[in-house]
Amino acid sequence: MEHDPEFPAIRILHIAALEPMNNIIDVIHLSKTYGDNQAVKDVSFSVSEGICFGLLGPNGAGKSTTMEMVEDIISPSSGQILYQGQPRRASFREEIGIQFQHTSLLSFLSVEETLLSFHKLYKNPEDIDALTERCDLGPILKRRNDQLSGGQLQRLMLALALVNKPRLVFLDEPSTGLDPQSRRNLWEIVRSIKADGKTIIMTTHSMEEAETLCDEVAIMDMGNIITWDTPARLIQTHCRKSSILLPESAFKSNLTAIPFPWKRRDDTIVMEIGQVNEGLSTLLGLDIDLSEMAVHSSNLEDVFLCLTGKGLRD
Amino acid sequence: MNFKRMWAMFTARNHEFFRDKAAFGWNFAFPFLIIVGLGFIYGGEDQQQFKIGIFPADIQVNASESTVPPFFQEGKFLQFINFASQEEGAEKLKHHKIDLLLDVRSPQHRYWMNESSPQSAVVEQIFLASFLKDRQNVAEKKSIEGVQIRHIDWLFPGILAMNMMFSALWGVGYVVVRYRKNGALKRLKATPLTPLEYLSAQMFSRIFLIMFTIVVVWIGTNFIFHFQVHGSYGALALVFLLGSLSMSSIGLVLAARGTSEEFTSGVLNFISMPMMFLSEVWFSIEGAPAWVQSLAKVFPLTHLLTAARKIMNDGATLVDVQSECIILVITTLLCLTLASKLFSWNE
Repeated sequence: MEHDPEFPAIRILHIAALEPMNNIIDVIHLSKTYGDNQAVKDVSFSVSEGICFGLLGPNGAGKSTTMEMVEDIISPSSGQILYQGQPRRASFREEIGIQFQHTSLLSFLSVEETLLSFHKLYKNPEDIDALTERCDLGPILKRRNDQLSGGQLQRLMLALALVNKPRLVFLDEPSTGLDPQSRRNLWEIVRSIKADGKTIIMTTHSMEEAETLCDEVAIMDMGNIITWDTPARLIQTHCRKSSILLPESAFKSNLTAIPFPWKRRDDTIVMEIGQVNEGLSTLLGLDIDLSEMAVHSSNLEDVFLCLTGKGLRD
Repeated sequence: MNFKRMWAMFTARNHEFFRDKAAFGWNFAFPFLIIVGLGFIYGGEDQQQFKIGIFPADIQVNASESTVPPFFQEGKFLQFINFASQEEGAEKLKHHKIDLLLDVRSPQHRYWMNESSPQSAVVEQIFLASFLKDRQNVAEKKSIEGVQIRHIDWLFPGILAMNMMFSALWGVGYVVVRYRKNGALKRLKATPLTPLEYLSAQMFSRIFLIMFTIVVVWIGTNFIFHFQVHGSYGALALVFLLGSLSMSSIGLVLAARGTSEEFTSGVLNFISMPMMFLSEVWFSIEGAPAWVQSLAKVFPLTHLLTAARKIMNDGATLVDVQSECIILVITTLLCLTLASKLFSWNE
């Protein structure tokens, strides 16, 4: 598919459908310009209360800039952001929790002192013991911030984002740089936040993270939201194809017999099919050995590829 | 203004400072070493101001064959250094290492001076005056009345104030810029904390640390030098408190914007160096051009030092130094207002 940087045909703007009174956040025609660089281009979306909303896209897509404008950390060049249908007031900061992608804490303070410092900044803070347990900080409470591992630091940052019992939680690339075990631990905590009925807005460039955690996903590229829906509907709408992968040897040198569009990846033949069942029936009819077969269903990364012609990690 | 939030930031910053062993130690060691070092260099009875080279090396200035006048030999604040030859001494004189060169065997009292050196011209006059026969009746000598102020008692408030200046400017200005650069301020922006609360907490934390340092350094060095304080300790403490307020508020103005530690470092040097040299920390600027003296009055350090020295050396009261105190208060208010207007958490 040829890539059009402006995506005029596929940009989905649900402005008319926005119902501010039912949404916790409404973003309307938001733009941000740095000199000649327009980092965010006329972006609009809304977030219903109690869901996990993801902004998915590659590095430099404008996710963090959009997020920081919604968080009221940076000012938009134009556009409007509503919180519960109203412009954000001073009390907004009492009701939100933020985990930044790039931030820092005082090096010489312990985890416990850091929690207590932030605890004192809010009117109605969370119980420190409950927070410690939720984010699994008990074993490291006395450890200094500059002695924490990446996973421990992320858990502390998450705890700080929750210290004020926020109604709305922002997570900016929460699992970036974490090992698989730490990432899964973090996801468990995020799920528990969601189970408490809090609204989560997160950015990620991991389709796995978006698929695992998010109820709705907006895909961003080059400052635009190119589409926005539930992960399942995005896949259904934009990239329904599945793939069957078989070693080349399974075809006994008779590749011309393959009845689907296919391509070679090393020693593997990748066949694109519409319906897995139909594809399997066809292949069984050709008397092909399917013992080493693998089936790949479309995911959000494929959606991004279908829409932009490039991968999330390009 | 929420004092609970301010207190949280105040205690966090204090913990940070007291646990940074290197910064904490240096904050005390630096003024202590300067005071002790300069106290011994300038505070002793045998303090030397001028250096006179003599040759040949094997004849001392007070030897029987020396032709140097006895008054010059015994002159106060003169140090004699032997050289093997005239050439060796002349080389030192040329490079301002000594102020005068004498041939101690010369019946004609031959001497060499460096025409471009003010010290050399002064020592020459002392040398020539030492040949006067009736020295006692040339002029009428009177001594200063009252208690003599030792040089170390004059210098001590200057070193304390200088340390205060560096601690306030760098401890507030540089540190806040570093916090902005590494994102620590951005994290705080996401909370209900206001810029005024944050800046006030930073300032009060620094003032607490400065006053603590002054007390510790004062007690420590007082065991060695037994400083003479002719005014009230309370008045002196108040003046230092106002001084630390004004210095820290200047630090806050520098901390209000920017993410470049290198640029901030340059600006801090640009401000602190003239302030140190023109505010009479080390030497008096009495007799300096009028514009230099006017410029010096712009600096709060000048007013802090004037008030501190008046109290410590002359026994002045707070009423006597009220104009200096008012200037320090005005500086603080102006800078605090400016800092809170300019402050940005992340730009």
